Amino acid sequence: MRRKAQQEYDVIVVGSGAAGGMCAYVLACSGVRVLMLEAGRDYDPVSETPMFQLPKDAPLRGAGTREKPFGFYDATVDGGWQVPGEPYSSAEGTEFRWWRARMLGGRTNHWGRISLRMGPYDYMPYSRDGLGFDWPMSYEDVEPYYDKTEMLIGVYGSNEGLENTPSSSAGVLQPPPAARAEELLTQKVCRGLDIPVIPAHLAIMTQRQDADRLARALWPNNPRAQQVTATSMRSRAACFFATPCGRGCSIKANFQSPTVLLPPAVATGNLDILTDAMVREVTIDSSGRATGVHYIDKRTRLDEHVSARVVVVAASALESARILLNSKSNLFPDGLGNGSGLVGKYVMDTVGAGVYGQIPMLENMPPHNADGASAMHLYTPWWLYQEQARGRLDFARGYHVEFGGGRRMPGFGAFSGIEPLTEGSYGQQFKDDCRRYYGSFLGFDGRGEMIPNEDSFCEVNPDEVDQWGIPTLRFHWKWSEHELNQARHMQHTFAGIIEEMGGRVLSTVQADGADAIARPGQIIHEVGGVIMGDDPSRSVLNQFCQSWEVDNLFVTDGGCFVSNADKNPTLSIMAIAWRASDHIVEQLTSRSIG
Amino acid sequence: MSDEAGGFLPMDRRQALKVMAIVAAAPTLSTCGPDDGTGDVATAPLPMSNPKAAGTAWDPDLVAPSIPWERMLTADELESLAVLCDVIIPADDRSLSASQVGAHDFIDEWVSAPYDGNERDLVVVRGGLAWMDREAVRRFGDGRRFRDLTAEQHRSICDDICFLPHAAEGYEAAAGFFDKVRDLTSTAFWTTNVGMQDLRYVGNVPLPRWDPPPAEVLRHIGIE
Repeated sequence: MRRKAQQEYDVIVVGSGAAGGMCAYVLACSGVRVLMLEAGRDYDPVSETPMFQLPKDAPLRGAGTREKPFGFYDATVDGGWQVPGEPYSSAEGTEFRWWRARMLGGRTNHWGRISLRMGPYDYMPYSRDGLGFDWPMSYEDVEPYYDKTEMLIGVYGSNEGLENTPSSSAGVLQPPPAARAEELLTQKVCRGLDIPVIPAHLAIMTQRQDADRLARALWPNNPRAQQVTATSMRSRAACFFATPCGRGCSIKANFQSPTVLLPPAVATGNLDILTDAMVREVTIDSSGRATGVHYIDKRTRLDEHVSARVVVVAASALESARILLNSKSNLFPDGLGNGSGLVGKYVMDTVGAGVYGQIPMLENMPPHNADGASAMHLYTPWWLYQEQARGRLDFARGYHVEFGGGRRMPGFGAFSGIEPLTEGSYGQQFKDDCRRYYGSFLGFDGRGEMIPNEDSFCEVNPDEVDQWGIPTLRFHWKWSEHELNQARHMQHTFAGIIEEMGGRVLSTVQADGADAIARPGQIIHEVGGVIMGDDPSRSVLNQFCQSWEVDNLFVTDGGCFVSNADKNPTLSIMAIAWRASDHIVEQLTSRSIG
Repeated sequence: MSDEAGGFLPMDRRQALKVMAIVAAAPTLSTCGPDDGTGDVATAPLPMSNPKAAGTAWDPDLVAPSIPWERMLTADELESLAVLCDVIIPADDRSLSASQVGAHDFIDEWVSAPYDGNERDLVVVRGGLAWMDREAVRRFGDGRRFRDLTAEQHRSICDDICFLPHAAEGYEAAAGFFDKVRDLTSTAFWTTNVGMQDLRYVGNVPLPRWDPPPAEVLRHIGIE
């Protein structure tokens, strides 16, 4: 898609992923003329996804490389921990990793599809334990947008009524797929440990969408939006339980912005998309109002400018902070909308730590298809809220548990590192050992909340520009004891589960949380840096992602996050972006902005 | 590479794509009511290449992969490597040997790749192959090469280097080499159709619905 058909636009949206895609969809469906700028190339999951390709057909059996860190078939185009010609750096003593994807739809193409709602506690963490900040709105304010987002994108899961683990409204969720063998065994063992194991929520459709009902519910008084939405839904198939979601999905059974958000938005006639357009600066007029953006056309390498009444920055949390920091002027010498000095501050990632083991009961399993929806069917939500409230844990916030293993397709690394079990067997014994141990490995990964702190932030590095001449980011990072202790708790808990299953722990369980925790940025849940709030001196945005200082400037991606609950952020990004988009439509309609 | 034992799952990609189109279309046949799909999904695509990909390392054609780098190992090295691969995974009554599905060719692909770790592995593999021949001479006399030894003679060497924590003094590097070749042979073998069939991996096929595990599986893990 490379089209700029109209002379005038109401809104420029920078970015085409979870936030940009959602804003474009809602705005275009509401009759707003939108121009979307995407820094990467055009991308079409329907024709480009390597469905069913085998590791043996890929270079290096599909192993991760510098250019394809998550493996050859991962959907990411022109991205990963590094993007060619677009460096970033870390302050001494920090090793921050920043995953980017330069493609239409951004990281929604390869993401994990885990779609957990933040709960009531998660919007008021400061009020509960005195750490971090409260959000400027409550769960109840966002709840209708969670329902709408789940209806639109298709999410499987169940309502269990567990603490701070919200239920969706009736008719919103799709049925979860039946659990796999190793998941049932884990659930059984965890029951004895008082650890809940319940159906996970994933943005994967287990059945086709009831297009007409959903479209009417999403757009009650908007026939055109109903029509484009229902048509798009009818083009999506249900999951057929094969081939990994991380490659993308050519039958549109899972959520990706280019299959779910962009087609109906384009169908309204209100959305034009420019790809290969790298935005570097938001421009303003003499009164300090946003007028448009400068971007580099990557094909010509020339600087261009486009104008609109409103600018929505949704380039991903850190890229959005970078654009604001690089938008300097006499009126905003420290970056656009940065009177508070908080742009780039309070960057958060997710706490990650894992343990894997080998479970004798899973050896020599009768052959059966265990692919499933490729992602997890069951998971463990955080379950120790009351222990925490009584001060029995040495960390303040929760984590959830993702686990899996079993009889999956053998890939690169199959049976590497099993020498502790085999004592280095080779020959017929090794062949028989592989047959025996196939499917008997199980890995547990914790995903926990990081509390924002003063020492974790990004800034523009004045000494370095990327190949487009844009100043780059430099990162600073420090975990607090809450994160390190939580990572240690994860590892010890998972080792306990494996041992309770009669299994053998194969990971090193670290005594020090600093050795257990994943590197900063590694979980790819980076949020914050453009935080919202209810006090202009202590936040960059209001609760509608609107700049306090520039009322026609919005940042709708994860940058606006005030806290980073253990719930994977993408679903909340979309719900919050939808809410912000409704606000933009109201203000455009009343002409209070633009 | 010779990887031909078909007739059993997993089906190849072309077959899978045909079934995929049928399965994707199936819900439109069984669904009644307002959302009848009207055949939109029945035209599930069957791409066999991706003209949109730039063809660079960062944006390769995922649908029709290719390997751009030249191979580094000599024909003589490959011949020795094939023998070692079969010492690690021999043929038996259930499946072929590692070299019969081209494991040595994969190791050549691996050590020839233009990445730091692979370049280090090239040295490890080449050095290890040379060491194996010298060890054959040392143990069994002038003119002997590892690949010409008897199975018993192979074992006498490999038993000393097959488990790094137990490697005797002076054999650590050889044990590291053996470990590397075993890992690569394992990846090569089990990712072929022969290897997946041997393991009774039966996925990577589109299904019309997802069922709970079969009863014998539930019994196996003590869940009734």
